Amino acid sequence: MPRSRLTALQIFVAIIAIALWYLLSTYPVFGKILLPPFFFSNPVDVAQQIIAWFVSGVIWKHLWVTLIESILAFVLGSIGGVLIGFWFARQPRVAAVFDPYVKMINALPRVVLAPIFTLWLGLGIWSKVALGVTLVFFIVFFNVYQGVKEVSPTVLANARMLGMSERQLLRHVYWPSALSWMFSSLHTSVGFAVVGAVVGEYLGSAAGLGYLIQQAEGVFDVAGVFAGMFVLAAFVIVIDAVVSMVEKRLLVWRPLAIPDEV
Amino acid sequence: MAENAAKPAVGLSDVSIAFRLASGGTYTAVERATLRIADGEFVALVGPTGCGKSTLLNVTAGLVAPSAGRVDIFGSPIAAVNRQAGYLFQADALFPWKTALENVAIGPETSGMPSAEARARAQGWLTRMGLGAFGDRYPHMLSGGQRKRVGLAQVLIRNPKILLMDEPFGPLDAQTRQIMGNLLLDLWSGDRKAVLFVTHDLEEAIALSDRVVIMSAGPAARVIGDWRVPLARPRDISEIKLAHAFHELHRDIWHTLKAEVIKGYAQSEGT
Repeated sequence: MPRSRLTALQIFVAIIAIALWYLLSTYPVFGKILLPPFFFSNPVDVAQQIIAWFVSGVIWKHLWVTLIESILAFVLGSIGGVLIGFWFARQPRVAAVFDPYVKMINALPRVVLAPIFTLWLGLGIWSKVALGVTLVFFIVFFNVYQGVKEVSPTVLANARMLGMSERQLLRHVYWPSALSWMFSSLHTSVGFAVVGAVVGEYLGSAAGLGYLIQQAEGVFDVAGVFAGMFVLAAFVIVIDAVVSMVEKRLLVWRPLAIPDEV
Repeated sequence: MAENAAKPAVGLSDVSIAFRLASGGTYTAVERATLRIADGEFVALVGPTGCGKSTLLNVTAGLVAPSAGRVDIFGSPIAAVNRQAGYLFQADALFPWKTALENVAIGPETSGMPSAEARARAQGWLTRMGLGAFGDRYPHMLSGGQRKRVGLAQVLIRNPKILLMDEPFGPLDAQTRQIMGNLLLDLWSGDRKAVLFVTHDLEEAIALSDRVVIMSAGPAARVIGDWRVPLARPRDISEIKLAHAFHELHRDIWHTLKAEVIKGYAQSEGT
């Protein structure tokens, strides 16, 4: 499918969805409004709310806070995941000792930690960063661990035959392999960094997109809730596009996946 | 010393290789194999699939320790990885995250050569391999034959005294194999390294080598035959296969090998 046609079809889907939403929340069908505005608002109100946010400029502060929290969560979680993942993969004994605890913490729904982080770190950005870190860390950790463990034995043997020392093996073989696994999960880990930030804000904060949505919800301002959701969705799409660009640069050496043309 | 000159590049004496199985028993892959390769000699090691010829190669490379016997490299016992040897693997062994040029340059770089110099030399090797314009390609962008050539350059740039090859042209198509075989002979004739070339293709073995060594079917594979190849060099692989002497030798060796191949096949198919 040519790119332009694909984009046209994608926009078409959005138009249909919004039109349906508008019609069903404004005009009665068989004497009944199927999407009562109290619960579903309507596209016009939502659009007005979004425009009002951008015109007055209040939204920038919240976007900025959420962005900073997500970036910090991603960076700190990734550093921790890479270091610990590397360490565990190279020291199987350490990994074996910690194995049950890693599984335990990973199985824990991270949301229950949010109140504790708020208690420890206050209502500012750091409690949200901490929540994001607990999500990002495990994704990166497991991928790096896998990446180091699953280095091709042939490539490893070849590196040895080429005269590499242990340190050179780390630098030229284990490290690139681990990073390639980490990069392949970049979309997931960045996504989770945003989830951590927004959920943290939602559960208690003074700024950010999660805060905005929670505030609107508190006063039954459904248009505000929907507006917040749309801004959040757009925010995530922009971040995802940036990640795709970064990924393309970092993984040039990889064969392309199956092309998306059918 | 005159005695030194006579020391073989590779000396395997009564080498046995056994593996411990997960079920608790042991599996003897190779039993009491003895093989000497003189400096500058091209030896092909032929045997049925699964006879442990690759394992024997790994022992010579120092990647696997033998459970019994001696491995001497130029007269001294092997310690850890065989630094005198270059190894061309059957499977893809290039670093997928490095370009062709970086892959070739990595050997000299890790042994301390300045990066610029290593890259210049690597470019020279790629050009010799007919890949001068492909230096910035990653391995997945190259064909199977091109990858093998990069692999060969990666090994030869270090100028090893011994070349170990594990069915290096196995995955390639017939034409590419011939081209690669001629390329190998061409490069080898320049400085005559000792070569141990593992293959299951008898024709390839005779066409390339000075000596063909036959192993029996595993387990506990042994060396069961050793033939000198009386064909003149330089050789052209596609032409030499038409020579009368080639056919006689092939018939001769195949007579021994055939029984082992059938045995090996029965074992791999059997219950």
